[in-house]
Amino acid sequence: MKRIKATPYKVIAAIVLAALAFFFIFPLYWILTGSVKTAAVINDAVPQWFPLSPTLDNYQRLFDNPALLWLFNSVAMAVLAMALTCVTASMAGYALAKKRFAGRALLFSIFICAMALPKQVILIPLLREMSFLNLHDSMWAVILPTVGWPFGVFLMKQFSENIPGELLEAARIDGAGEVRMFTEIVLPIIKPGIGALAIFTFINCWNDYFLQLIMLNSRTKLTISLGIAKLQAEMSTDFGLIMAGAALAAVPIITIFLMFQKYFTKGITMGAVKG
Amino acid sequence: MNKRINPSAMQKTLIRRETISAYLFLAPALVFFVGFVIVPMVMCLVTSFFDYSMTEFAFVGFDNYKEMFQDDIFIKALANTVLIVVVAVPTVTAFSLWVSSVIYKMNGALCSFFRCIFYLPVVTGTVAVTVVWKWMFNKYTGLFNYVLDSDISWLGDSRTAIWCIILILFTTSVGQPIVLYVSALGNVDDSLIEAAQVDGATSRQVFWKIKWPQIMPTTLYILVITTINSFQCYALIQLLTSGGPNHSTETIMYYIYYQAFKLYRYGYGNAMGVILAIIIAVFSALQFKVAGKKND
Amino acid sequence: MKNWKKWLSMLLCAGMATGLAACGNSSGAAGEGGSDASGDATAITLWTYPIGSWGDAATVDSIIAAFNEQHPDIQVSVEYLDYTSGDDQVTAAIEAGTAPDLIMEGPERLVTTWGAAGKMVDLSDLWDDEALADISAVSEAVVNACKSSDGVYYEYPLCMNAHCMAINYEVFEEAGALQYIDEETRTWTTEDFGKALQALVDSGVETTGVVYCGGQGGDQGTRALARNLYSADFTNEDHTEWAMNSEAGIKGLQQLADWVDAGLLSYDSGAQAADELQLFANGTIAMSFCWNASNESNYAEQVDFTAYAMTFPSDDGVPELDGGIYGFGIFDNGDEAKIEAAKTFIEFVCDDETQGPESVVASGFFPVRSSFGNVYEGSDQEERMTVFNSMMPYLGDYYNVTPGWAEQRTAWWNMLQNIFNGNDLEESVNTYIETANAATQAAMGE
Repeated sequence: MKRIKATPYKVIAAIVLAALAFFFIFPLYWILTGSVKTAAVINDAVPQWFPLSPTLDNYQRLFDNPALLWLFNSVAMAVLAMALTCVTASMAGYALAKKRFAGRALLFSIFICAMALPKQVILIPLLREMSFLNLHDSMWAVILPTVGWPFGVFLMKQFSENIPGELLEAARIDGAGEVRMFTEIVLPIIKPGIGALAIFTFINCWNDYFLQLIMLNSRTKLTISLGIAKLQAEMSTDFGLIMAGAALAAVPIITIFLMFQKYFTKGITMGAVKG
Repeated sequence: MNKRINPSAMQKTLIRRETISAYLFLAPALVFFVGFVIVPMVMCLVTSFFDYSMTEFAFVGFDNYKEMFQDDIFIKALANTVLIVVVAVPTVTAFSLWVSSVIYKMNGALCSFFRCIFYLPVVTGTVAVTVVWKWMFNKYTGLFNYVLDSDISWLGDSRTAIWCIILILFTTSVGQPIVLYVSALGNVDDSLIEAAQVDGATSRQVFWKIKWPQIMPTTLYILVITTINSFQCYALIQLLTSGGPNHSTETIMYYIYYQAFKLYRYGYGNAMGVILAIIIAVFSALQFKVAGKKND
Repeated sequence: MKNWKKWLSMLLCAGMATGLAACGNSSGAAGEGGSDASGDATAITLWTYPIGSWGDAATVDSIIAAFNEQHPDIQVSVEYLDYTSGDDQVTAAIEAGTAPDLIMEGPERLVTTWGAAGKMVDLSDLWDDEALADISAVSEAVVNACKSSDGVYYEYPLCMNAHCMAINYEVFEEAGALQYIDEETRTWTTEDFGKALQALVDSGVETTGVVYCGGQGGDQGTRALARNLYSADFTNEDHTEWAMNSEAGIKGLQQLADWVDAGLLSYDSGAQAADELQLFANGTIAMSFCWNASNESNYAEQVDFTAYAMTFPSDDGVPELDGGIYGFGIFDNGDEAKIEAAKTFIEFVCDDETQGPESVVASGFFPVRSSFGNVYEGSDQEERMTVFNSMMPYLGDYYNVTPGWAEQRTAWWNMLQNIFNGNDLEESVNTYIETANAATQAAMGE
């Protein structure tokens, strides 16, 4: 941990790493700067590395569309999906990891198998279902399938393996009920896991472009991802406008990620490493 | 007698109670899972045996499956999908392992800085990332041709298009593996490493003999997740190339979409989905097998 | 850390609240819709593709306001589709049973796709004798395009246009290439077009034009170009088979490939019409193959040269242009009241003496009714639109109604990619024809 020797390998590695970091940051930089460039600058074959004459024109045109509403829709949808997933998955994960019951192995393998299923495949049947439930063109049509996705259960099962059995046994002997055991013993232990799952679900729901596309129609119910995709019209490619949309979509989610980043990295690792 | 019966009876009630409580805990998740994954999945499986479109619904047995293997474009899509997986999965895994092994020993702030950087493309959002790459790849106003002083239609040339897709897929895939590897490497027992070093082991030996086996579960997990993601690569294709040029970026996922949403051939699309699911499952199982063996 | 947790929980609560509110709203709206139908007001939905200003909320809102002055009992709510994802949304809505009542697009979707699938309402009662006569007077082709092969009308048309191309007048002037165009009729021959390309290259123009084939966007331009060079037919007369494998068709495609090989023309398998238009607007390339009245006004602000509209070059100098016929269709959602309300809306928008011409102007194209006369007369657009109007007589066969249209489009751009990537031309064309014909047969069999 403390030994730091400046071997040639380490120097080269540091340089390569810095170059890579630049490469990974660059698209975001290009979105942000592109969003304040004029059309003339954007369409020039010689790129302007830094926006010399920044303009808010792109944002102005972006807000001719209900872009803030789209953003709000995206956030509301992702937050709801996140909350529901965390609740259902942590309960289910705990049961799968710590309880012995008939059908446990079978159930778990079904969950695992379903993870291999390409989501897009079930879209047409899902559409039928949503229309049957009268939920098409509402955000629930996106939220419900997201919550049903088995990844959360899988992840929370991995986390719950960490719960010491003796602790549960002791609580049971003390006469704690199932609910109290879950809220007072299980939850505190798997909290980092819930943090990780929360961010995962949030990002997944946010990025699930195609599910949103087919489930939502109304202009007032669109999400920001759909909104940006819509800005690419057939007869014009307005990169400035699209970049403004992309920036609006990216900045909030990046902010949230940076705020909860510690939680997230701690959580994500604890569970998964168990394999 | 009584004493002998009672424990087993008590055990039975205990087991029953545990089973009931387990299912109560599982119930909410199961409602969503069964309702919005299993039910449509079964519907998908069933309709894959039908000629199912906007106007038709007729049982055709295995016709959809037979057609698939005579469909040149499907075969091409299958080949492209496998290419993406075969290239992306090892590179993503190796790259993230390398980056992690470099940064995990750095001090906290620097390490988390790099972790964030590599996670950035994931949180930027698929659509946002895709549109900026589209611009950078543009033949006339894009950055690549300017920097490389070339005149290449990156997304329009069948030799380069799929590599562009793989590159973007790569940048959006390494974030999570790096986070995982950093912590897995951090958890490796230091005393073992020190003991080995005292015995005169080289750093390469330390890595392969001590660290590698210990991070095996992480590797396995990363392999499976990356495989699934790579197989399901879809939005990139839809937003960038529509499967072209010359079907060189046609993936099964995109072709399913094309058949179902452009040609309304839901039954055929569903049949391809079933096959894709089987392929993914087989791939994942293989990884478990191979990795599991090494682990023993 | 503590603060963040509070923050998160607040966010969660807010999310929950809005979610519930949204849920309440949606069920509320559904309830209203039900009672409206039985009561005095009828609520209908209209989805439009971006046809001129019909994709623009301000314009459409004013049209609806005008409609409501006469028909206050019909509420129209509008959603705007785009050509990239619009079809997917309509497909999804049809499958989910939430298709709109009214939709605005052309026959290839209204008649050939959704009409043939039995999703649309027969609009024959709108096509009364007066309308039929008025529209036939402009073009018999429009009438034919709006009905299915068994004679049922699924579209009621509002406007039409002819897709053409455009050149950068100044660049042509500088290259001395203006001699090859007929400024009177805005036509040119294939031979002169070739000479013009040569003159442009000789004068130092790096990229003259781009045959874009990165997708289906704006593919009418590449079709018209390849078709016209040697006056080939795109389909047979009955619209049951694709015909670019004819001698003239292959010759035209070969000519394009030869020009590309000689460096006189470029191709880009990564570009669609939008990309090509942007290059033209930037002045990077000297011509666009995807021009029309509406594109001209869209790009007017960006263009600082004279974008000079031209017809496509053809061997005999008489082009056959691809047309667009835009109008309305009604989805059969099983509610008579809504269908009637939708028909009332169509009649107002398309047939009303004052609103009709205005609706056409909003599209930026030309009326399908001869009684509307010149809708641009006296407006500041008159001069500009006269140019495009002069091309309307060149409007060719509306082959877009051939069954299997969607699959043919994909096969078309894939064929172009094949050809320009150096594969055998005839083989590529034959593959395209086979794929497209198979799709047509499958579609007609249903």
